[in-house]
Amino acid sequence: MVIGLDHYLTISAVLFTLAVAGIFINRKNLILLLMCIELMLLAVNFNFIAFSRYLGDETGQVFVFFILTVAAAEAAIGLAILVVLFRNRRSINVNELDEMKG
Amino acid sequence: MFQALLFYAFSGLLLAAALGVIFSRNPVHAIMFLVAAFFQSAVLWLLAEAEFLAIILVLVYVGAVMVLFLFVVMMLDINVEQARSGLSRYAPLGLIITGLMIVELIQVIRFRSEGQVLQGFAVNPENYNNTEALGAVLYTEHVYAFEIASVILLLAIVAAITLTMRKRPGLKVQDIAMQVAVDPKDRVRIIKMESES
Repeated sequence: MVIGLDHYLTISAVLFTLAVAGIFINRKNLILLLMCIELMLLAVNFNFIAFSRYLGDETGQVFVFFILTVAAAEAAIGLAILVVLFRNRRSINVNELDEMKG
Repeated sequence: MFQALLFYAFSGLLLAAALGVIFSRNPVHAIMFLVAAFFQSAVLWLLAEAEFLAIILVLVYVGAVMVLFLFVVMMLDINVEQARSGLSRYAPLGLIITGLMIVELIQVIRFRSEGQVLQGFAVNPENYNNTEALGAVLYTEHVYAFEIASVILLLAIVAAITLTMRKRPGLKVQDIAMQVAVDPKDRVRIIKMESES
């Protein structure tokens, strides 16, 4: 039994879909939405690493490195926005964020 | 065989942790499940011989980003009761869509790998060092992307600080410039008067 590319692709696909399901289910809590985005990025990184190892090319792993950097920056800015939002509105419920009438 | 056993065990734990993230209504529990998910995926990356990224995932994600999440959750006084009140009305639609997505993705993967001999990952040469190999391409081929990544991190620092900094009203602070520019004539009035016996 060899663990290869399609095992990793399958686990990545399941992880990504779970994160999408999380975004649909948790429409009330902005922090949980951010965490689901982190899970999605993790699934994408799984794909990059699997293909990088399958092709024997390190570029995919370098890409994962940059995705991790950007995800850290995104988490920091997103949480900062969240803190400001909570300070102004005393709530992080997504349904109440209707100021722009979108 | 042993490796396959490890892979299935840790991917099962990973999916269980992901389910915990999306179904737990208490944000602190969700963060703990997410930490578990990151640990399991680090182990899976180690199994795929991407050692450097596995360690980076634990250090950066579990060590920094998740702690940041935890700080924010504890700082905000979130009304758990309100957040707990039922699934959103889009939940059935979301479950249908995700079911379709999962079936489609797995079908695509199975279809593409059908007929091919299942082969493992590329075999690394003898004294191969993952960290060294990554560094060799990171600082030469991808050096511009590396610089851009550093600028993005700087941007994140500046943005996070400027967003969350605030001037509280009623805070008693000194204004140094005003203190230095004080003229004695404004503060002290010398009055000459006759002494009374």
